Amino acid sequence: MWNELVECMSREDLKKLQSERLIATVERVYNNVEHYRKKMDAIGLKPSDIKSVDDLVKLPYTTKADLRETYPFGLFAVPQKKIVRIHASSGTTGKATVVGYTKKDIDTWSECVARCFAMAGVTDEDIIQIAYGYGLFTGGLGAHNGAEKLGATVVPMSTGNTTKLINMMKDFNATALACTPSYLLHIAEILEGNGDLDKIKLKIAICGAEPWTEQMRMKMEKTLNIKAYDIYGLSEIMGPGVACDCEYHLGLHVNEDHFIPEIIDPKTLKPAKEGEIGELVFTTITKEGLPLIRYRTRDLTSICYDKCKCGRTQARLSKFVGRSDDMLIIRGVNVFPGQVEDALAKLEEVSMHYMMIVDRVGTLDTLEIQVEVDERFFSDEIKSLEALTKKIGHTIQQALGLSAKIKLVEPKTLERSMGKAVHVIDKRKL
Amino acid sequence: MEAKQLSVFIENREGRLEDVLKVLKDNNINILSLSLADTSEYGLLRLIVNNPEVGKNALQEKGFSTMLTDVLVIRIDHKVGQLHELVYKLSKNNINLEYMYGLNVENKDASLVLKTSDINKAREILIKNGVQIVTASDIEKM
Repeated sequence: MWNELVECMSREDLKKLQSERLIATVERVYNNVEHYRKKMDAIGLKPSDIKSVDDLVKLPYTTKADLRETYPFGLFAVPQKKIVRIHASSGTTGKATVVGYTKKDIDTWSECVARCFAMAGVTDEDIIQIAYGYGLFTGGLGAHNGAEKLGATVVPMSTGNTTKLINMMKDFNATALACTPSYLLHIAEILEGNGDLDKIKLKIAICGAEPWTEQMRMKMEKTLNIKAYDIYGLSEIMGPGVACDCEYHLGLHVNEDHFIPEIIDPKTLKPAKEGEIGELVFTTITKEGLPLIRYRTRDLTSICYDKCKCGRTQARLSKFVGRSDDMLIIRGVNVFPGQVEDALAKLEEVSMHYMMIVDRVGTLDTLEIQVEVDERFFSDEIKSLEALTKKIGHTIQQALGLSAKIKLVEPKTLERSMGKAVHVIDKRKL
Repeated sequence: MEAKQLSVFIENREGRLEDVLKVLKDNNINILSLSLADTSEYGLLRLIVNNPEVGKNALQEKGFSTMLTDVLVIRIDHKVGQLHELVYKLSKNNINLEYMYGLNVENKDASLVLKTSDINKAREILIKNGVQIVTASDIEKM
């Protein structure tokens, strides 16, 4: 356990701590963030109306749309100068979701991830490879800083070179690995194929950024002879490290001293009954750079407040059952159909009739985008059709941060619908 | 008037070519020549028919992606070396050949369909070198 004092705090003490921090946060956003002040004024709410965590329900929600409206830095609660890091993730349309951190936020983040890694059994004696993408994505740097804070020997692999990862895993006798569940699956397959399973000293894998089943986790543990853990986070709230599961795998412990979770009914927007499945909402109570009030994550889950077998009192999130929006996670990357639509709209030669086919071939997710050939597009020369296919592929790659196979199909063959158009066929069985 | 080629986009699925040919049959269209170019994903069917406008409209009505392209249909002597001479004349004058396929061989004549990078310049050069150009009305009568 990394921080026993906090992780085993009594619910009453926790509530008091959360209330103090919530009051301070609401005060801060009201005074420093115009967007929030306007929202609160519109419903006649003042910071003094928030006296405890029980008053959380009085506060307005925040969604990705708010971040899009205030793009890029409109929701920051501190002057530019105090922001020491920017990260970005996929937006629902073409615009990225931008988040910012102060020095203290980076420390808080590292502390949260360190707690999660400690929960997974990582210590300063471990050699851990971080195989999440380093860059604007919060995965790489987030996991890196947490592991470093913990004192482990951190190897910043990033993604993109599995051969190197495996060679270093063998050569360095790496004992821990942080990556997406599908990447772990892929690595396991290669190790098995090469007959390398007995040449590695891997003990722990901490996987996140996409959902995975209990069966898959147990299969990985068995195949690789390791312990595998589930880590959760989202860049708007912090990055990886918002929650993680312990050795009993009875749900993901939320770092409640920093993030207050709620479950709401996504249709009525009212709080769900205790234990019921609904949409997960978070309020950050220690972040300085981008504090968010009741941020709707669109993830569907439930919360359990009972003390866990491990001794921790932090609330646990159950296995996620889906999303209340149309976001997909493909190879660990968040993808919104709106991004594809936005990208295609910029190409005049292409009709707006497209279909995304998501599948899993072996261990890796694939994305195929079918586009209808219409008058604008059609040419009697194959080289023109090929050039256009390539152009579409390039545009999509730039927009999504993910490469997709582009397939030309005949006009009027893609599904037309009366109501909301169906643009995604997800063939994966997760 | 320039000869018109009818091009149709066909997905690599079973029965698609058959569907195209059925539409033409149902509209009384006679095919004089065709070429089917394939990629791994789709095929591009190029047809010389006796009534390209009718063919295009009929196919479009049935939901096919089609277009009409101006092509050069020419007649040369059916003798060894004639094609080489033709291509040599075009390349010497910087005309690119995009694609080409045969139309017909009859006694002493051979006719071909050509898509070039500059149809007007190509026509001029070929006429100057005594090559016969087959017009749209000639084709209609074939």
